Amino acid sequence: MTATRIDTLFAKLRQENRPALVTYFMGGDPDYATALSIMKALPKAGSDIIELGMPFSDPMADGPAIQAAGLRALKGGQTLAKTLQMARSFRQEDDHTPIVMMGYYNPIYIYGVERFLKDAVEAGIDGLIIVDLPPEMDAELCLPALRAGINFIRLATPTTDDKRLPKVLENTSGFVYYVSMTGITGSALTDTAKVSAAVARIKGHTELPVCVGFGVKTASQARVIGAAADGVVVGTAIVNAIANVLGPDGKTTADPAEAVSTLVRGLAEGVKEARL
Amino acid sequence: MNKPAEPNSFRTGPDDAGMFGIFGGRFVAETLMPLILDLQEHWEAAKNDPAFAAELAYLGTHYTGRPSPLYFAARLTEHLGGAKVYFKRDELNHTGSHKINNCLGQILLARRMGKTRIIAETGAGQHGVATATVAARFGLPCVVYMGATDVERQAPNVFRMKLLGAEVKPVSAGHGTLKDAMNEALRDWVTNVEDTYYLIGTAAGPHPYPEMVRDFQSVIGTEVKEQIVTAEGRLPDLLVAAVGGGSNAIGLFHPFLDDKDVSIVGVEAGGRGLSGDEHCASLTAGRPGVLHGNRTYLLQNEDGQIKDGHSISAGLDYPGIGPEHSWLKESGRVDYVPIMDHEALEAFQLLTRLEGIIPALEPSHALAEVVKRAPTMGKEKIIVMNLCGRGDKDVFSVARHLDMDI
Repeated sequence: MTATRIDTLFAKLRQENRPALVTYFMGGDPDYATALSIMKALPKAGSDIIELGMPFSDPMADGPAIQAAGLRALKGGQTLAKTLQMARSFRQEDDHTPIVMMGYYNPIYIYGVERFLKDAVEAGIDGLIIVDLPPEMDAELCLPALRAGINFIRLATPTTDDKRLPKVLENTSGFVYYVSMTGITGSALTDTAKVSAAVARIKGHTELPVCVGFGVKTASQARVIGAAADGVVVGTAIVNAIANVLGPDGKTTADPAEAVSTLVRGLAEGVKEARL
Repeated sequence: MNKPAEPNSFRTGPDDAGMFGIFGGRFVAETLMPLILDLQEHWEAAKNDPAFAAELAYLGTHYTGRPSPLYFAARLTEHLGGAKVYFKRDELNHTGSHKINNCLGQILLARRMGKTRIIAETGAGQHGVATATVAARFGLPCVVYMGATDVERQAPNVFRMKLLGAEVKPVSAGHGTLKDAMNEALRDWVTNVEDTYYLIGTAAGPHPYPEMVRDFQSVIGTEVKEQIVTAEGRLPDLLVAAVGGGSNAIGLFHPFLDDKDVSIVGVEAGGRGLSGDEHCASLTAGRPGVLHGNRTYLLQNEDGQIKDGHSISAGLDYPGIGPEHSWLKESGRVDYVPIMDHEALEAFQLLTRLEGIIPALEPSHALAEVVKRAPTMGKEKIIVMNLCGRGDKDVFSVARHLDMDI
């Protein structure tokens, strides 16, 4: 497939010798307009890649923070069609920041795989991370996505041993997402040395950039992880920054986009210092 | 959709990828994928090991009390005035339901795999009690996830699990029912991959669970086949069972799937009616989607978000269904029909008064369908219904529904 925005970005970052800051937020949390303002603020605050969360009623791999964010978005009327619309609006102002949609398969299956891919390409989506589609199910969405020119980014985990790794990497493109622990999103990061060793192990099997996520919350963690990884993914901390400015009635007590920007600026500093 | 050509056998699935037609599969996070492949390897080895079968059969006989009787319900038959009604009495099993059949099989497998911690989800609490029971029997720590709503409406089973030494963790996400408990059990499993065995209670989830649970429950149908031939000299005309996730039903149905003269009906929870959202009739009113590791019929909205559903019976309160049932529906081999809450409640009382058997609310749904069908069938016809659980756990909630003080 031809180079996507993701490929172009990592080529540029290699020249700069710094890892990417990958930021996750939930599309539609707490409502469509606020979420779009957050999305637009992310690159300005230093995010290199945006992971656009697609809310799902039953997020089996997510911890309480992202579960709650998904429920807020669904309550606010978010749908897959609106999440695609959010990307489309973003693209009118920003044609270079890669967008990776992340979530679970069922909403895409119900939307229709071919229709989804057509609309995603048209909306300027660069990649997909679908938690519940392992390589054994590649015929469902991974292979059609590759044909449509969209990267299918696979999760590799501590349980993905050397025997299995080639299967996981086979149809992966864009980057590899290494899940730093066995667990759900938002758990505490424990052993950064182990993570660095795992990144080295994966790099022994692939030329693709390796980004690390799950458990990275602070600028100093981003700096440590970013020393070995090609990218650092932050999700729960961003979602929490939004939740923290929501009152009990769901109304905002401060500007969520500003709260997210403050956090992301700090993380971006951490990432920039990773290889100094 | 065109109906696929009728297969030569309805008993060959799933294929190597765990599919029954388009249903089933392995839709799980990568963290769990190696565990599921490992489970499959051990399951393949165990099912071909005579020692495994012998140990399971021994426990079935001496611990569970198998074979369960096939009982001719004379007074109910007379009352309905049509087909002869037989009950497969899996409610007499140790722990009070069919769930123990599967739990014994899976805990033997967990031991073979060297796992030291058991987790499970439960709706009505029957599977939780059965899991806590086998965990106690084999001395393994056990955590049971149960929706907060179910913890409340199935209090006696919660206490039983605690007595048996299990830790019951209430799950308040969603509506606090079986679906939410399953999400939380999966989150536990993805976190504790080294030592933990996830003992799924129904014939659903990622491959190989639907096949494995079916095979452990098929002892029900296998026994019925022998027992009905002894009693009547022939196979029945109709099989009836309740379907939530569908494990008791597939256990009864599977050995009969290729006996073309045997009609088969699965009974779903129609709740307060199919027009709104207050039911759990995923096959009648849902559409295929992907949840909890498999593709199957699900209750969901037009955006692919899963609905919560409702049933008077906690054991049927699940928005999905085992994938083999989805395939049996589409292939036309099995009919699936809904029964409403109030019909199940009436059937519950009818059986109690006529036969002196207090059924669980889950098989009360199957019974309500028998009550409808038996009078329309000739007196020479034979119905076998799976009486898969006893109603002790339900007496408090039935009292509430009947506005009775106890």
